[in-house]
Amino acid sequence: MATVLERPHASAALAPDKVKGRQSAVAIPKGGYFPDKIEQGRFGPVFPRTPLNYGFTIIAKIIPGREEKFYQYARNIEAGVAGTPGLLDVLKLHTLKWVLFDIGGETYFMYQGIFDTDFDKYTEDAVNIFSMTGLDTVFENLEGFPSDWKSNPQAFIRFVREHHRPSFLEYAEYSYVSAKEVKSALEVKNGLADVLDNMQL
Amino acid sequence: MLELDDIQHILLTRTPALTGRYVFLRFRNPECGRAWLREILGTVRSAAAVDTSEDQGSWVTVAFTWNGLRALGVDDDALASFPDEFRQGMAARAEMLGDTGPNAPEHWVDGTNGPDLHAIAILFARDADERGRCEVQHDELLTRCPGVEVISSLELDATPPYHYAHDHFGYRDRLSQPVIEGTEDIPYAGCGGPLKAGEFILGYPDESGQPYPMPEPKLSRNGSYMAYRRLEEHVGKFRAFLAANGETPEEQELIAAKLMGRWRSGAPLTLAPEKDDPELGADLHRANNFNYAKEDPHGYAVPLGSHMRRMNPRDTAVNMQRRRMIRRGATYGTHLSEGEPDDGTERGIAAFVVCASLVRQFEFAQNVWVNDKNFHELGNERDPIIGNNHEGTLEYKIPKRPIRKKIVGLPAFTTVRGGAYFFLPGIAALNHLAGLGAAADAHFRELEGIRA
Repeated sequence: MATVLERPHASAALAPDKVKGRQSAVAIPKGGYFPDKIEQGRFGPVFPRTPLNYGFTIIAKIIPGREEKFYQYARNIEAGVAGTPGLLDVLKLHTLKWVLFDIGGETYFMYQGIFDTDFDKYTEDAVNIFSMTGLDTVFENLEGFPSDWKSNPQAFIRFVREHHRPSFLEYAEYSYVSAKEVKSALEVKNGLADVLDNMQL
Repeated sequence: MLELDDIQHILLTRTPALTGRYVFLRFRNPECGRAWLREILGTVRSAAAVDTSEDQGSWVTVAFTWNGLRALGVDDDALASFPDEFRQGMAARAEMLGDTGPNAPEHWVDGTNGPDLHAIAILFARDADERGRCEVQHDELLTRCPGVEVISSLELDATPPYHYAHDHFGYRDRLSQPVIEGTEDIPYAGCGGPLKAGEFILGYPDESGQPYPMPEPKLSRNGSYMAYRRLEEHVGKFRAFLAANGETPEEQELIAAKLMGRWRSGAPLTLAPEKDDPELGADLHRANNFNYAKEDPHGYAVPLGSHMRRMNPRDTAVNMQRRRMIRRGATYGTHLSEGEPDDGTERGIAAFVVCASLVRQFEFAQNVWVNDKNFHELGNERDPIIGNNHEGTLEYKIPKRPIRKKIVGLPAFTTVRGGAYFFLPGIAALNHLAGLGAAADAHFRELEGIRA
C-alpha cells in the first residue's frame, strides 16, 4: 500500500460545492500546498482551503523559564472573552487550541486555529486586536518572535509562516461550513422551537 | 504639524479640474530623467502653494515607479529600503489583486505593465485651453530631453452633465473622502473623525500608535504611494443588464442602486431605501450619515456585497481607520448618451489610490473587499462594479423579504486596462532626486582634473 501512496496520484477529494455540509477528507501534499493550485495572498502563497476551511498549526520553542506566562495568558483570554464575547470575532474562528509539550527536556508551544478565511487576509486586524487588548504576551515568550511585531505585521507573518506545520490530512464531519452558517442554523432551530411552543397556545 | 510646503498638492487637495492628461514615461539614462525632473519641478506645486481658487487653471504632479527611482540613480541601500510590494510593482502582484483573465497585465493597453515604466506626469486643468497650453509646454520639455520617451498617455475628460462628478455608468462620485488630522477639512457626518496623517503621508504618526518606520527619509518624507488603476467601464453591457433585470425605469434604477448601495444620485439606500432622493445625494453632510450594524445588518437596504458596503464596511469591520484611502482621478473616453448603442470605444475611470502602505490599504481592499468571493459569507460574489466577474459564474444577492433575489452569472461591467505602483515624493525629495548624480559627476570631473 505504501508504494501506491508514494506515487503521484489524482486527488479523490470532491469539490467544496459537492460536499458542503457533508463528510469529506483531503490528503494534503508535502509542504502544505497543492502545486497546481497555489493561490497568492498579499504576503505570499496562501495555504489551501480544506474541509475545515482554513487554519494553521504553529509550533515554536518557548523561552526557557517562561511557562508560567502561558498559564497567565490563558486566564487573561478567559476573562477577556467572558467580558467581551466578540473579542476575537475578527479572527473568523471556529476553534483555537493552545498546547504546551516537552521534547527532550525543552518546552514547546502549539497554537492551532481553525477559521473561515485565509490567514493573510485579516492579519493586520488580528495584530491590531492583540495590541489593543494587551493579549499579546504569549507570543512574546516564544524564541525568535520579532520584538517589533506591533509596528511590523510582515515580521509577525514571517514568524507564523516559518513556524506553521501544515496538515497532511484533514477531515470534517460537516465540510466547508462557516461558523456563521453553524450559528445561523442553530438560531433557525431555536426560532422554530419557539414557533412550535407558541403554536401550543 | 503637516509640512504643507513639502507635500505634493494632489495628496491633500481636490482641484476643480474638468480635464487632464496622464503621461507615462521611460528614461533612457539617469541624466535625461534628472534633466526632465529639474525642469518640470518648477510646475509641481505643494499643498501650501495650491488652493482651489479661480486664479489657478492647471495642476501638475510627478511620481515614480521603483524602477524609475532606480533609473534616476538612487543608490541600492535606499532602493532596498522601500517595501516589497512597491519594488515588485502592480503587474507582478496581479493574481492577488484579482487581475487575472481579461484583467491580466498581458492585456493592459498602456504599457504600464513593463519594467521600463519609470515615471508619470499628471496634469489636471480647469478647461481644454489650459490643458492644451500645458501639453504644449510639456511636449516642448520632452523635445529638450530626448532621452525621456512617452510610453503612452491618456486624455481625461469629465462626462456630462458637468455640475457634479460621476462615472460613465452615471453614479455620483467623490462622495466620501477621509480627512487628515492637521488640515482644515471637516469630515462629513458619518465618515468618522480625522485620521492621523501617517495613514497617508510618510513621516508622521499613524493610527497604530506604534513607531512608523519609513524608507530612506531623504526620499520618502512627506511622500506617499499611489496605486494607479485604469478601469474600462462597459456602459452598453451595464445598461443591457439593468434593462434585463428591471421591467420599468424605476425598477432598473433600483437594480443600479442595489449594485452600488447608493442611487445614481448619490443618495444611500440606508437613508432612501425605496425611492431616490437626489437632494439627499447632493448633500454630502447628510449622504454619509449612516451605519450598518444596527441599521441594516442583513442588507435589506444596502446589499452586503454592494460596492459601497465592500469599499467601506463602516461599523461592520474592525480596524477601519487603518484601511482608509484617498482617491484622485477622472473619467476618460467619450460620453455614451442614454439610449445610444455602445460604440465599442474604450471609456472608464483612471484613478489613483493614495495611501501610506500599499499592502495594508490598497492591496487589502483589492484582495479582500473587492475580490474575496466569501466577503460577508456571500459564498460566490465579488464586487459587482469593480470585482473580477469575468468568469461569468458569479452571483449577486439582493436581500429581500420573504425571499432574496439572486442574480446568477453577473456580467463583468469593468475591465482593468492598466495599472502601476508609484511613489509620490515630497518637494524636497524631488529636488534631491533631480540633484542625484551631481556629486558623482563632480567626482568624475575631479578625477579628470587630477588626470589632466
